[in-house]
Amino acid sequence: MRRLAFIIPVVLFLMVAAALGLGLRRDPSILPSMLIDRPIPAFDLAGLTPDDPGLASSDFGGKPVLLNVFASWCVACVIEHPMLLQLQAQGVTIHGLDWKDEPGAGADWLAQRGNPYALIGSDPRGRTGIDFGVTGAPETFVIDGHGRVRYRHVGPITPQVWAETLQPMLTRLETET
Amino acid sequence: MSAEIGQLALILAFMLGLVQGVAPLLGAHRGDPVLMSLGRASALLQMAFVVLAFGALATAYATMDFSVALVAKHSHSTQPLPYRFAATWGSHEGSMLLWVLILALHGGAIAFFGRTLRETLQARVLAVQGMLSAAFLGFCLFTSNPFLRLSPIPLDGTELNPLLQDPGLVMHPPLLYLGYVGFSVAFSFAVAALIEGRVDAAWARWVRPWVLSAWISLTVGIALGSWWAYYELGWGGWWFWDPVENASLMPWLMGTALLHSALVLEKRGALISWTILLAILTFSLSMIGTFLVRSGVLTSVHAFAVDPERGAYILVFILVATGSALALYAWRAPAMRTGALFSPLSREAGVTLNNLFLLAATATVFLGTFYPVFIDVLNGDKISVGPPYYAMTFAPLFVPLLVLVAFGPMLNWKRDTARAVLLRLRWPIGVATVAAGVGTAVFGFARVGAALGIALGVWLIAAAFMLLIRRWGLGRKGAETGRLIRTTPLAFWAVAIAHAGLGVTTIGVTAITAWTASEVVTMLPGQTIDFAGRRVTLDALGPETGPNYQAQQARFRIEGEGRPFLMLSEKRFYPSSQSQTTEAGIHGETMGNLYISVGESETLGAVTVRLWWHPLVGWIWGGALIMALGGALSLSDRRMRLAMPARKPTPARAAEAAA
Repeated sequence: MRRLAFIIPVVLFLMVAAALGLGLRRDPSILPSMLIDRPIPAFDLAGLTPDDPGLASSDFGGKPVLLNVFASWCVACVIEHPMLLQLQAQGVTIHGLDWKDEPGAGADWLAQRGNPYALIGSDPRGRTGIDFGVTGAPETFVIDGHGRVRYRHVGPITPQVWAETLQPMLTRLETET
Repeated sequence: MSAEIGQLALILAFMLGLVQGVAPLLGAHRGDPVLMSLGRASALLQMAFVVLAFGALATAYATMDFSVALVAKHSHSTQPLPYRFAATWGSHEGSMLLWVLILALHGGAIAFFGRTLRETLQARVLAVQGMLSAAFLGFCLFTSNPFLRLSPIPLDGTELNPLLQDPGLVMHPPLLYLGYVGFSVAFSFAVAALIEGRVDAAWARWVRPWVLSAWISLTVGIALGSWWAYYELGWGGWWFWDPVENASLMPWLMGTALLHSALVLEKRGALISWTILLAILTFSLSMIGTFLVRSGVLTSVHAFAVDPERGAYILVFILVATGSALALYAWRAPAMRTGALFSPLSREAGVTLNNLFLLAATATVFLGTFYPVFIDVLNGDKISVGPPYYAMTFAPLFVPLLVLVAFGPMLNWKRDTARAVLLRLRWPIGVATVAAGVGTAVFGFARVGAALGIALGVWLIAAAFMLLIRRWGLGRKGAETGRLIRTTPLAFWAVAIAHAGLGVTTIGVTAITAWTASEVVTMLPGQTIDFAGRRVTLDALGPETGPNYQAQQARFRIEGEGRPFLMLSEKRFYPSSQSQTTEAGIHGETMGNLYISVGESETLGAVTVRLWWHPLVGWIWGGALIMALGGALSLSDRRMRLAMPARKPTPARAAEAAA
């Protein structure tokens, strides 16, 4: 009986180690959004230039779209950019949120690299970003036909992310509506 | 060139570690003195090589050798020299090298100072230490080599994370590591004792200074980290229950338990197998701390680059090290001598109770830290455990512990009576009761919790004074107080001071929890607002240029009681790493800190300003430093020195004692 008590520590430890071992296989960069399955927060943003229509929460709905958070100062956005242009060419609707950018910088940036976005909202102070729970750029939200947030991806959209996660999700949402 | 020297030195050290892990163990088993001395020689040589390797990396950093990949990644030519040097351990690879360096220094110290130990015990301790060394050196070489070259050589490096370019953080990792790694000695002694199948007072006398020095470093390291987070992260919080912070708190709690139980073992020969178990667990938690920060199992504000491969390596290593130590414990410990008996009311029992509370507190922190991982493994949900969890679980365990702390040193060894103890503590009880009463009267009944918290701190401090008063025979007729004061051993001072420090921290934590005031305002230059009984004026707002950053600096003038003073608060932008930091303006006073951080500029030259009044916040870290001072006094007590006759501290240990 006394002997048994001395075995407890090693048994407990092995259980903890097993759980940690399984924990290693998960990806900590998958951050869920508080907004999953909830309507997008209300916002109404001006465009990058005075002639731009801008972007408002009322622009969402009808068909599933992507909302991409970008900024001219963001290095990873440069990496992501060609992928977005490619998606636009495939007919995917992407709205842009120019996050915490200097006035004019976002427009210059897009003029240089091409504009993959259908509509763009300028969020120089990052207020709308806060409502969305944006932690950094780039970040992409999948928004369904009812204007609800369905998925949040942190970091650049790579061909792999597109093929394995975002595209299947968009296809599914399209059949849903 | 230096990178190749470092690489070679690291490989040699790794091989020496392998020799050290096997030869002395075999030697002790066979009673072969040659093999046993091989252990000592390889520990000393290994130390020399690791010092060489670390020196090589530091040189590469100082001379901006951007052909070394690691240097190019974490150093920039505009970065000031002290930060270039500190960048040596600012990266994952470099910090692992620092870890190995401290481990090797400890191994060398055991080889050098341990000549008075029983030879077989020293050999076995060195063997365990050698295995640990070899494993961590292997980790460095195979998964995180700091000496990889880069081709083509970049013109300039990318900068060290600006958040880490700070004097507080320069010292934070070395201190934490001195703590973590210092506990490895206790681990090695515990495993060696299990192999030998015997533990005696000499064993405990030997282990205690190592535990104590590790505990001191960890205490200072944690306090420094908390202080850094306070002024650098710009949120004005001092503890966030972040996984990485918890990773350092757990070994500290367990190390505190170990410190006390090792004392009982040394003085009374009791709690033998318990002390061994604590020694194993304390170092295991230290390793888990390392594992946590690097593995990517948990997300955290200050995690290193995430790499599951490294995480897997460390996990396997912890599995083997802790698993086999605990298995050895299950096998050998039941056969060991049971310690001296004691009654349920005695100092031994007091320490046991303190240990149980500390163990339970560690368990709640452990659960809170890893619960998200466990839940994720079970059903794939992502959750995070926040401060409310700790307020609900950790606080109810820690408050009774704090009440009990005062009783421990007032209890007699072996047996005591409740009446006698309460009588000895009647003054502290009175003082604390008055404090609680006055506090409730002054702050109002709604603040009764805060009043009790303050009273708890007062209780600890009063009881610590009472210890000294009793020792000096004050108020006792015919006592030679002068002589008694002179002959009070340092170890006795240590207990009183360390426990009083805990009281100071308790008061600080209570005050900041109960009475923090804050306000967010948008201010234009020249505008004045009233805050916390002062008038705060935004004097000027403008750009500022540092060596490797641009800043928006706000200057405030504060008028109120006493002389008016100026405060600066900055938002810095580091172009080469494209990141921002907040340099909050902090004005420290005995009664609290005024804390101002500025946000981004609004239109029309206005700026968002956050003001905080943090009452007694400095006491939190002050108390921790007092605790560490207590530890240092205990370490320098003559009786502790007697355990180590060949007394000449290594640089690492001297630095700890000074800290």
